[in-house]
Amino acid sequence: MSQAVQAAERVTGQKSGKPIVNDFQIVVATVNGTGSQTANSALIRALFRMGIPVNGKNIFPSNIQGLPTWFSIRLSKDEYVARREHSEILVAMNQATVKEDIQNLSPGGVVYTPEEWNIPAERDDITYYTMPVKALVSASDTPPNLRDYVSNMVYVGVLAAMHNIDLAEVHEALNIHFSGKAKAVESNMTMVNAAFEWAQDHLAKSDPFVAERMDKTSGLIMLDGNSAGALGAVFGGVTFVAWYPITPSTSLVDALKDYLAETRHDAEGKATYAVVQAEDELAAIGMVIGAGWAGARAMTSTSGPGIALMSEFGGLAYSTEVPSVIWDVQRVGPSTGLPTRTQQGDVLKAYFLGTGDTKHVVLLPGSIAECFEFGWRAFDLAERLQTLVFVLSDLDLGMNLWMSKPFEYPDQPMDRGKVLTAEDVDRLGGFKRYADVDGDGIGWRTLPGTDHPLAAYFTRGSGHNDEAQYSERTEDWAGNMARLTRKFDTARTLLPKPVVDTVKGAIIGIISYGSNDPAIIEGRDKLKAQGVKASYLRLRGLPLEGTTRKFIEKHERVCVIENNTDGQMAKLIHMEYPDLAPKVQSIAFSNGLPFSARWIYEQVMEWEK
Amino acid sequence: MGVGAKVNALGLERSAYTGRASTLCKGCGHDSISSQIIAVAWEMSLPSHQIIKLSGIGCSSKSPAYFLNRSHGFNGLHGRMPSLATGAVFANHTLKAVGVSGDGDTGSIGLGQFKHMVRRNIPMVYIIENNGVYGLTKGQFSATADKGQKLKYAGVNEMMPIDLCLEAIAANATLVARSFAGDPKQVRELLKIALSHQGVAILDIISPCVTFNNHDESTKGYVYGKQHQETLQDISYIPAYDEITVDYAEGEAQVVTLHDGSRIVLRKLDPERHDPTDRMAAYQVLEQARANQEFITGLIYIEPDSPSITETNQLVDTPLAHLPEDVTRPPRATLDEMMAKLMGG
Repeated sequence: MSQAVQAAERVTGQKSGKPIVNDFQIVVATVNGTGSQTANSALIRALFRMGIPVNGKNIFPSNIQGLPTWFSIRLSKDEYVARREHSEILVAMNQATVKEDIQNLSPGGVVYTPEEWNIPAERDDITYYTMPVKALVSASDTPPNLRDYVSNMVYVGVLAAMHNIDLAEVHEALNIHFSGKAKAVESNMTMVNAAFEWAQDHLAKSDPFVAERMDKTSGLIMLDGNSAGALGAVFGGVTFVAWYPITPSTSLVDALKDYLAETRHDAEGKATYAVVQAEDELAAIGMVIGAGWAGARAMTSTSGPGIALMSEFGGLAYSTEVPSVIWDVQRVGPSTGLPTRTQQGDVLKAYFLGTGDTKHVVLLPGSIAECFEFGWRAFDLAERLQTLVFVLSDLDLGMNLWMSKPFEYPDQPMDRGKVLTAEDVDRLGGFKRYADVDGDGIGWRTLPGTDHPLAAYFTRGSGHNDEAQYSERTEDWAGNMARLTRKFDTARTLLPKPVVDTVKGAIIGIISYGSNDPAIIEGRDKLKAQGVKASYLRLRGLPLEGTTRKFIEKHERVCVIENNTDGQMAKLIHMEYPDLAPKVQSIAFSNGLPFSARWIYEQVMEWEK
Repeated sequence: MGVGAKVNALGLERSAYTGRASTLCKGCGHDSISSQIIAVAWEMSLPSHQIIKLSGIGCSSKSPAYFLNRSHGFNGLHGRMPSLATGAVFANHTLKAVGVSGDGDTGSIGLGQFKHMVRRNIPMVYIIENNGVYGLTKGQFSATADKGQKLKYAGVNEMMPIDLCLEAIAANATLVARSFAGDPKQVRELLKIALSHQGVAILDIISPCVTFNNHDESTKGYVYGKQHQETLQDISYIPAYDEITVDYAEGEAQVVTLHDGSRIVLRKLDPERHDPTDRMAAYQVLEQARANQEFITGLIYIEPDSPSITETNQLVDTPLAHLPEDVTRPPRATLDEMMAKLMGG
């Protein structure tokens, strides 16, 4: 008999059937602005500390207080971290949605409601438990102004008692959440303990769901993608950040400011960086380009509507060849769209941002480890290629908590690109800013402040010749564009290559990117269980390079799975490889949520027919 | 260097400060301003490599190509030069930024960036070559056009103009001046003050458009300007590193010490009439001028001790752009520590 079952029986004094261990999902339905984040973070951290693979997803409204929020925690002994559509355990703390929330519960599931709501047990395929939230909070000596807040700890205690979550780990999780502030930890823990004891004494366990300590998270970290990207930027030596607040990218800059404050002051306390909150996204990207031009490692972070405003500057950065980095944490568009839901809808917008023949380098992180890696690598690429580099993350990757192996320290020194010093200019007897002396399409630049009479050049978005002088000559224009195309081809050779898993004998292939990865990994396992072999290529950067062409050639048919309505990456592949286009089909969908493995499985089965 | 050629303290001839040949209309006031920038930079012995030239889009914004060939320049986007300048001075706070904009660039499409740059006290000289008209698109009114003004293309302007000096003061500018492109002496003097100022310096220079806005009845035409210009102060400039002193009579002059230690001496026609450190007085002279359908010239407002944003940010002395990798990339141990901490969840 497992430890968990023993524990369950100890709690309930009765057998609860065959236990389901570490393979279920808890969803907490709350009203936003009621402080449930502390409770949810305590739960997920405690489970993670018990060695159980977990993933947390916060489905929240674009609102400060009063609208429904759902936080789901998936426990997966098999280490699957994709979203699941249905949960087994519901903690219903939002009276406005409780009916619907109960309807969505998986058969055999469990619901906890506050006792005072008197929710009728309308479904006979689920277990109803009630919690005396008000009574327990009143019985505690919590100050009235904190009661609503602390009341969320009731469900933490009850869940711990009923599903075998280690209280010591809950305590430690609160310690982490409150950065060791003892008073806050204790007031919350008191409530947890009271609820735990109450549940032990009053609730008879009749459900099979139990958490059990295992050893699958040791050596792993847990973090959100925005923090990971911010940390990457810090280790990429970012020196200038300009930004304008926008969900869901704001927490990236928040994290960046914290990490910079922690790591980047000299002995006298002076900063080796600057962060400026701009008046809008136009100014934010303008500042970044100004700083990149003058030699800083400069970045901004934004989302779709911000990208729309940055269009003109996107073209300027491309045309004037100024190193700059934009993090786009994608949310649902068009227009304001669903600001707090996820999408991969900015692929084409980012790739072509600007007017005329503009194209950009785009990095596509698929995990928080890649958020970190691309966080520093983006600067190397921007300075090497003297261009704007996008990092396309999304809300799911950026704002949710993910497990990961610890991030790896950059494995190469910084690449500051082709910069001439005053001595270089002197030795060369001058230079031509946009001349392709090395055949890779990348010219040499000087930084403002270079002390040599021949070091200066004039940067302009208007037509220019090799010497950066104004030119309307047709040959100059066409020649410059041809060089920029050569440079874009150089970019293909420098970007992170796709991750390919070719299955022997597979006739179909899946191409995807970004935060779809966990759902595709799990979906492929489901397909495999049904005897469907599918190879998988995960894109990590644009422009495309040869690997993707080979992958398509190797398979009879390829589907491109992505979280948008128009099938943007599929269209891009069609454009890039028109000869292969008939083999490449789009499986695209967007409703604001990350994909589930079941959806992937069903879509591929349907397509495969 | 030719024998006997006149050189400045850096040993440079004036020709070291020139730019490419202007492509603006013959007689354009903007070219006169470019000439004064060249003259002042040479006279002040400014090191060209420590200057950056920035501009937006428009006739005025072309002009940075016509002065200081040895300075890096960036001709950016319409109305967005302030943001480029902001990023550049953060990347390298030792650079002196000189921006050239126009009334369309500043007063219409770029009014937001203009006011936020002013609010941040970005250390730069921001010149508005103001002619009240869109030249490159062949003669539409700008937001600084006079009410009742007639243009062949645009008809009659029925709206009051935006006064960019008033806008600057309202946004807490630390230096605001106005001049007339046809008065090279005053332009030079104001440029010197502006270049010595540590924060943002707004120079609104009425610069008549010879092609589209040079009617006798326009307040931004040459004829009107010469007839109606009132000199607010006679300004002389004394850089701290220059031993030459200006002859001024005590009691009739006002001395303002700039942040970098250099001083400006203001000689007023009527010392009781305008104190440029008095914000209310600055509003008043501008409002009065507006009521009188005049433009007042001279140093309208100065607040010499306000720190610029690069100072308040407490940056390291080395420009951010030049910090070496061992300063900007934290060591491996830092990442290891952070990872160890995150392993607890």
